[in-house]
Amino acid sequence: MSGLPAFLRRVANLCLKELKVILKDPASRVVLFAPVLVQSLMFGYAATLDLRQAPYALLDQDHGQAATRLVARIEGSGVFRRVATLRNESDIAPIVNAGKVLFVVNIPPRFEQRLEGGESAPVQLILDARNSSTAGTAAGYLGTIVSRFNADWRREHGGGSVPLTLDVRSWYNPNLETRWFMMTAMIAILSMLQTLMLTALSVAREREQGTFDQLLVTPCTPAEIMIGKSVPSIVVGLVQASLVLLIATLWFRIPMAGSLGTLYVALLVFMVACVGIGLAISAMAASMQQAMLYTFVLMMPLVLLSGMTTPIANMPVAMQWLTAIDPARYAIHMVQRVYLEGVGLGTVLGDILPLLGIASVTLPLAAWLFRNRLV
Amino acid sequence: MTAQKPQTRGAFLRRLTALVRKEVKQLLRDRSNLMMGIALPLVLILIFGYGLSFDVKNAPLAVVMEDTSPTAHGMVASMRLSPYLDPTLVHDMHRAEALMLERKVNGILRIPSDFTRRLALGDAHLQLILHGADANTARIVQGYVQSALQSWASPADAGGAVRLESRMWFNEANTSTWFLVPGLIVLITTLVGAFLTALVMAREWERGTLEALFVTPVRPIEILLAKIIPYFGVGLIGIAMCLVAARFLFGVPIEGSLLLILVVSVFYLFVALGIGLLISAVTKNQFTASQVALVASFMPALMLSGFIYDLRNMPLLVQGVGRVLPATYYLETLKSLFLAGNLWPMILKNCAVLIGYAVVLLAAARAKTRKLIG
Repeated sequence: MSGLPAFLRRVANLCLKELKVILKDPASRVVLFAPVLVQSLMFGYAATLDLRQAPYALLDQDHGQAATRLVARIEGSGVFRRVATLRNESDIAPIVNAGKVLFVVNIPPRFEQRLEGGESAPVQLILDARNSSTAGTAAGYLGTIVSRFNADWRREHGGGSVPLTLDVRSWYNPNLETRWFMMTAMIAILSMLQTLMLTALSVAREREQGTFDQLLVTPCTPAEIMIGKSVPSIVVGLVQASLVLLIATLWFRIPMAGSLGTLYVALLVFMVACVGIGLAISAMAASMQQAMLYTFVLMMPLVLLSGMTTPIANMPVAMQWLTAIDPARYAIHMVQRVYLEGVGLGTVLGDILPLLGIASVTLPLAAWLFRNRLV
Repeated sequence: MTAQKPQTRGAFLRRLTALVRKEVKQLLRDRSNLMMGIALPLVLILIFGYGLSFDVKNAPLAVVMEDTSPTAHGMVASMRLSPYLDPTLVHDMHRAEALMLERKVNGILRIPSDFTRRLALGDAHLQLILHGADANTARIVQGYVQSALQSWASPADAGGAVRLESRMWFNEANTSTWFLVPGLIVLITTLVGAFLTALVMAREWERGTLEALFVTPVRPIEILLAKIIPYFGVGLIGIAMCLVAARFLFGVPIEGSLLLILVVSVFYLFVALGIGLLISAVTKNQFTASQVALVASFMPALMLSGFIYDLRNMPLLVQGVGRVLPATYYLETLKSLFLAGNLWPMILKNCAVLIGYAVVLLAAARAKTRKLIG
């Protein structure tokens, strides 16, 4: 009884046993799949940096035609919703403080008079910058609205502006919807969270319950045990990624440009890298609790530095170097390239190789740790 | 009954102190708890303070100069003045598209060969192609290009135009660090309170050590208090580290009262502890507890509290979910206390909400624990 068939049979049995352990408890079955569904739906809607119906207040102290036209443009953009009309400047502070509006547009007296007289007419924009990214976006939108207003005004009144039109087109995401970015990132992130935890717990659980030593006295080699522990986690991770993928394509109707085959090869490599990290944690932890905490302590930087919440290009150089060992960074990039840009396997090689590198460090490390902890 | 009271209270305190001492010892014995309580906040402070930023600077842009007139060059030169853009000249669309495919640039600005001629005729067009995979960055870059071109085409000092005077209240410099740091405090408090507590308690349930405690004279409430107190302490240390970093490392102003920040943090810490206790009492299993805690604490606090994504832009249903989360109220209060000052109506309202949550969650955890002895 040796050779390849026996090896495969032992590995298959171990995998089956491991899957049963994971799935036998109804609570853990629910907990592995329901949250992924709920989170991807919810975050698909929640994660938007685009303004939609942002509340604002208007203080028009001029009441002229030009002011009315400017306000009509602000409201016609469909991005802003007026929730209050103020009567004097002392009303500004209370409404901004209370967080009722994102900004106040203050059109001072003599606005139209100055504009007609060829002077520059100031309009004050008071933004609630407690969330500076929303405030910045709003300021950007308003800047565009005002410059279009100016261009039209000068055309009508013979001012000295240069007629220049910017034709904007966007590749891979024609309407620049944040959701397309978020959902594709979620395919990698949501499955990573649980794959890591699952793998980290698998060996730690046996150790805590004392069954790991029993496993070692079976004819299974340490390599077989490790494969037996990895494959089920990879399968669960791929199923979770598939769930998010289904929601992205069927529910949010984000068109998939690349091939499913390429995407799954990419995800598989990513899962192997995650499993390597999970097993290494598992080997270092003395209990399930430790495994969970170590995973968690590691997971937060992995997610935050992956480029999902803020772009990696905005980070300081030292931090950018640090992201080189973050598998989530490659996974998000890779999934987006295949999904949105439609690139083939050859192009994502630049992301696959680092992931293989991470796996080729963590898996042997885990194997070494298992052996050396138990001797 | 009344006569016995002082004695009971003395016994209560003695038992509680003994239990707390045991819990603190257990907490200190395991390195992983300290990693979570002390090392994770430190790492997060560094990442949030130095690593995360929404402020796009020097966005790389490929400029295809099909028109080499001085006018076109002058325009590109004016774009170079913007600290937000980093234009690189390329000779043809081919090269530009290659840069785009490698994601080396955020966009391509194409200046067509008839640009100068058509500018004289009064109808010039420029083409901007954005890399849309990161939609938010793409939109920011579009804004930068638009405003750079605008100020080249019609300088602000030319008359007869509306001049927008933007003022960023509460964050004049508009640095994202200032609004990320209050969010960080919410995240850390949630992690220590809910996640750590849920894991530690679930372990006791799973191993049956909690039931073992029930047969001793200690009462469930004493067990719960003894569990809460050390994690409460760890949570406070995390909050204190964040406050020190916020003030001295990142220069975030503290416009409101420091005392109020502490008070509202204590309320929220109770809420988080309540969530943790409840999760463990319901699941009684480490694996399930860890998954539920992950789903119920970290991700929602990151995504739905209004920390990164403004609640006001979300669809009503998702906004509703955000409004149910206690983290949302804590975050709103913290952001205002840091950046705006003591806005009493909001603070009182949010504190009332948090106290309500704390009472309900702790009572539920207590009820769940009591039921199981019988």
